[in-house]
Amino acid sequence: MEKKMEEKLKKDFEKIVHKKNPTSKFVKDCVMAFVVGGLICDIGQFFMNTFLSLGIPKEDVSYYNAAVMVFLGAFLTGLGVYDDIGKHAGAGSIVPITGFSNSIVSPAMEFKREGYVFGVGAKMFVIAGPVLVYGISSSVIVGIIYYFLK
Amino acid sequence: MDYIRAFIVGGTICLIGQILMDKTSFTPARILVSFVTAGVILGAIGIYDPIVEYGKAGATVPLPGFGYALAKGAIKDVKEMGIIGAFTGGIKATAAGIAAAIFFGYLMAIIFNPRAKS
Repeated sequence: MEKKMEEKLKKDFEKIVHKKNPTSKFVKDCVMAFVVGGLICDIGQFFMNTFLSLGIPKEDVSYYNAAVMVFLGAFLTGLGVYDDIGKHAGAGSIVPITGFSNSIVSPAMEFKREGYVFGVGAKMFVIAGPVLVYGISSSVIVGIIYYFLK
Repeated sequence: MDYIRAFIVGGTICLIGQILMDKTSFTPARILVSFVTAGVILGAIGIYDPIVEYGKAGATVPLPGFGYALAKGAIKDVKEMGIIGAFTGGIKATAAGIAAAIFFGYLMAIIFNPRAKS
């Protein structure tokens, strides 16, 4: 009898949670993604401005910026900080390029015990691989289309 | 001013990703793949240029910016060296990011160990 009661209470509670949570959780997710994503881009903007003020040519600044942001993402993932940010930030930590390097370091670290070739070397690309495959392939298609249209 | 614009543009791109994650079955991996590909397409048809112009790092740091660089690179090299540019341009333009991701990614994975899950 008591068990039934408990079961019922649990179900009711879940119903309430499901009713109340979606919208408020959704709004909170969105705010966090916006703020964290925006802040990460501001860090990128800071480096961009710094490199420009150091007299690095404008065309090269994006190379420096990409390398620095990727480094930061990888380093913070190694320290475990990036995953803490990701727990709250959702897409805000996934969409910036730091999330790309996070997607490389996380599985590589996790599968280290499987060795340095099939563990680290292969698992690095579990997510980054598809990104490169689709990104680079579509850029090749764009280049070919441009060649025939110009 | 740069910082406000970068914040708004970058934040908005991430917000779109969050909406896709919450409202559809998009996993983080799918978000990454589709955002890079979207960046390639938007870059190719010239829609992403004004966004970069306005948002600066807010447009180049998120992954569509990576796709944008791929597309711009491919088009630039096709202009300069013909059809082979379609194969050289994309990676050339993003070489710093890709090489850094592989090198630093490997390095960090070797140095650090995953934290015990609490």
